[in-house]
Amino acid sequence: MINFRLEERENRSFWMNVIAPFIAVFIALLISCFLILLAGVSPLESYKELLIGSFGSRNAIAETLSRATPLILTGLAASIAFKAKFWNIGAEGQLYAGALAVTFFGTGLIELPTILMIPFLFLVGAVAGGLLLLPLVLLKNYYKVDEVVTTLLTNFIVILLVSYLLEGPWKDPMSLGWPQGASVIDQGVLPQIVARTRLHLGFIFSIFFAVLIWILLSRHIVGYQIKAVGFNPSAASHSGLPVLKTILIVALLSGGMAGMAGVTETAGLKGYLTLDLSPGFGYAGIAVAMLAGLHPLGVIASGIFLASIYVGADAMSRSMNVPSYLADVIVAITVLCVLVSLVFIQFKVKLLGSSK
Amino acid sequence: MNQILEVKSVSKSFGNLVANKDISFNVNKGEVLAILGENGAGKTTLMNILFGHYMPDNGEIFFKKQSIKFGNTGNSISMGIGMVHQHFTLADNLTVLENIIIGQNSLFNITLSKKESKEKLNTLIEKFGLPINPDAMVSDLSVSQKQRLEILKTLYQNCELLILDEPTAALTPQETESLFKTVRKMVKEGLSVILISHKLNEVLSISNRIIVLRNGKIVGEKITNHADYKSLASLIVGKEVSYPKKKKNIPKGEFLRIENIFYRTEIDLDVKIKNLNLNLFGGEILGIAGVAGNGQQNLAKLLAGHVKPTEGKIFMEENEINFFTPKNFMDLGIAYIPEDRNKDGLIGDMSIWENTIMTEIENQKISNKFGFINDTISKQKAKKICEINDVRLQSINQPARLLSGGNVQKLLIGRWLNRNPKIIIACQPTRGLDEGAIAAVHKMLLDARENGNAILIIGEDLDELISLSDKISVMYNGQLSAPLYTDNLDKLKIGMMMSGEGFAND
Repeated sequence: MINFRLEERENRSFWMNVIAPFIAVFIALLISCFLILLAGVSPLESYKELLIGSFGSRNAIAETLSRATPLILTGLAASIAFKAKFWNIGAEGQLYAGALAVTFFGTGLIELPTILMIPFLFLVGAVAGGLLLLPLVLLKNYYKVDEVVTTLLTNFIVILLVSYLLEGPWKDPMSLGWPQGASVIDQGVLPQIVARTRLHLGFIFSIFFAVLIWILLSRHIVGYQIKAVGFNPSAASHSGLPVLKTILIVALLSGGMAGMAGVTETAGLKGYLTLDLSPGFGYAGIAVAMLAGLHPLGVIASGIFLASIYVGADAMSRSMNVPSYLADVIVAITVLCVLVSLVFIQFKVKLLGSSK
Repeated sequence: MNQILEVKSVSKSFGNLVANKDISFNVNKGEVLAILGENGAGKTTLMNILFGHYMPDNGEIFFKKQSIKFGNTGNSISMGIGMVHQHFTLADNLTVLENIIIGQNSLFNITLSKKESKEKLNTLIEKFGLPINPDAMVSDLSVSQKQRLEILKTLYQNCELLILDEPTAALTPQETESLFKTVRKMVKEGLSVILISHKLNEVLSISNRIIVLRNGKIVGEKITNHADYKSLASLIVGKEVSYPKKKKNIPKGEFLRIENIFYRTEIDLDVKIKNLNLNLFGGEILGIAGVAGNGQQNLAKLLAGHVKPTEGKIFMEENEINFFTPKNFMDLGIAYIPEDRNKDGLIGDMSIWENTIMTEIENQKISNKFGFINDTISKQKAKKICEINDVRLQSINQPARLLSGGNVQKLLIGRWLNRNPKIIIACQPTRGLDEGAIAAVHKMLLDARENGNAILIIGEDLDELISLSDKISVMYNGQLSAPLYTDNLDKLKIGMMMSGEGFAND
């Protein structure tokens, strides 16, 4: 048997943090080759189709970027929360909370000129997502209720609420019986940014927020406090940092980002609320954040990467006749590889020679 | 004399860190050998090699002329080496007798005669003066009783060489004396003892021979009769250590008053605080003596604003404190140096400068009115605080976890002093530090006293407390004694109080 020991690295290099996800992605694609081979087709050919499907044309690129929009926002939601070691698994629910807010305010209740209406919708979406998290933070703080459980279960409550509203009181009478909400008024619809594609203004917003969060986390006192509370809440509180307040800010920011993902989908992509608004963007956001090493700018890249896998896999499945579920498998393996790479970033492996 | 243990050029390194380098020494039958050294000097590594926990990189060890198989504690035990670790390794849910037996036999062995074992145990208890009830549950034992049990366990296994790792760390002076009596009896019976300690006074009183380790190497060996405190201390550190002297104090007014405080909570590991009164005066150090686990942690938490008293009042310069948050206490001028500096003090994964400015974060110079942190000014400020307080570092940007214990403590105290606090609450401020760092911390606290600060030190080392404090109160079972002046203090009386004399039972 080979004996080895993991020794903690004294200095973790910046470049390793940057390179590691790329190596992880490469290894994940390598592992996925075997699965594609099992389907009886050529992996190289399949990956080529995947690439063409996601970046091969103006339309493909637009489709990838519009899919990346909610992923970047939910990825930011997970990044902020995980930085503070607040395990928010409820971005899916917060996304729908944002979508509900858009439907409530944006379908005729309030009418503002476009220049105000769009920021207003983002605001109410963010507030709705943030408020959904608030009671859960308080439960954790005062009654030590684990947030993994509460945020996860809240997802189901919100989704069932959406389902009730869309089948009942909020059902659009013009929808020919489909369970969908009324359309967002014209002033609130996010305009296309590339003509004749589905890519809308929400993408610009998501990039804007990623940069904003990056500045906040790296240069602002709030980011400093989030970091301190995340690494060591006890030491932070002994040094006079406001731990509860910090976690509340984290919750509002994290829930807010996820809520805005609901805004981009409702007011941007679809134009109205549906039950299949999110094919798990909230959960995929966790993968996006992990892949990015919780770095807000990394989230942009990893969000686009995941979107390209999802969009490309559809094209791949059409032309190569492999199941499009492969996308989920690739993403899952990538996340596992990233987690493994984290071990190598933190530790170096020392071989001790073999023993009997 | 008869040699029982011979260590021949043992070396051990962990990665780049050399823990032991070319160590050779021997232990004679019937002698107490003390091994002295700072933290990280390699004492515990050496003992772990001896006891079979670690494999050395090279070298040999002979016990009773037989070579020791490395990396096999069972082998070391059966050869006759016993070790009492600093942190006990007992099963809390078993009785004393059962804990003794499990080392050797399975408890489910039907043929096992508990009666026979009990007889053997009682003889040992008698012979070495280690009173303990064989049928008591381990969870009900006090620290010193647990230690007795650990020693009995090794004696039961016919140990001929006993290794004691920092045995007096959590004992009262009386308990220490009784432990030493046992050690003397053991030596008389022909057993050998290796004592690892950093308390020079104790080593001088109990050992026959002293070995000093520094940076993994043996730097000195002395017959105890020919050794003295000062020369040993400088041998340990590698240079002359000058301990700061307490000057005559200039008492100021009362800074803090605690009136009849009670504190009880259901989820708590420490004992409840009962009807506690306390006064802190400027320019004065009050030492809180006591065996760990008598409510000191809760007292510290109360004084730092981490918890709200159930009953009673706290006054700061005649103003009652009503808001019990660390932040509020901090703003009132209370600095709190926590006992566990790595868990409650430092954030190891953040850089040194980020840690240094943590208490200053709201300072207008550090962060502007929009809340953005000014890196340049922050780093300058952090650098200044580190320089003033002699925090040794390579770069202000390196992660704080790379700092040594002494430098961590200097940084933590330094950043509090920078706020010009009125009151300093220090819990075990020198625990686990080396002699040089201890002297530095003492100096910081004594300087603060001269500057007119009111200081409270919670400590376990009575000698240290006496040397620093103007007054000492003893804490026992959540109660606090009236302060006694340290000028002409009866140390034995303090020891009696530490084991409960003069306190009301509940």
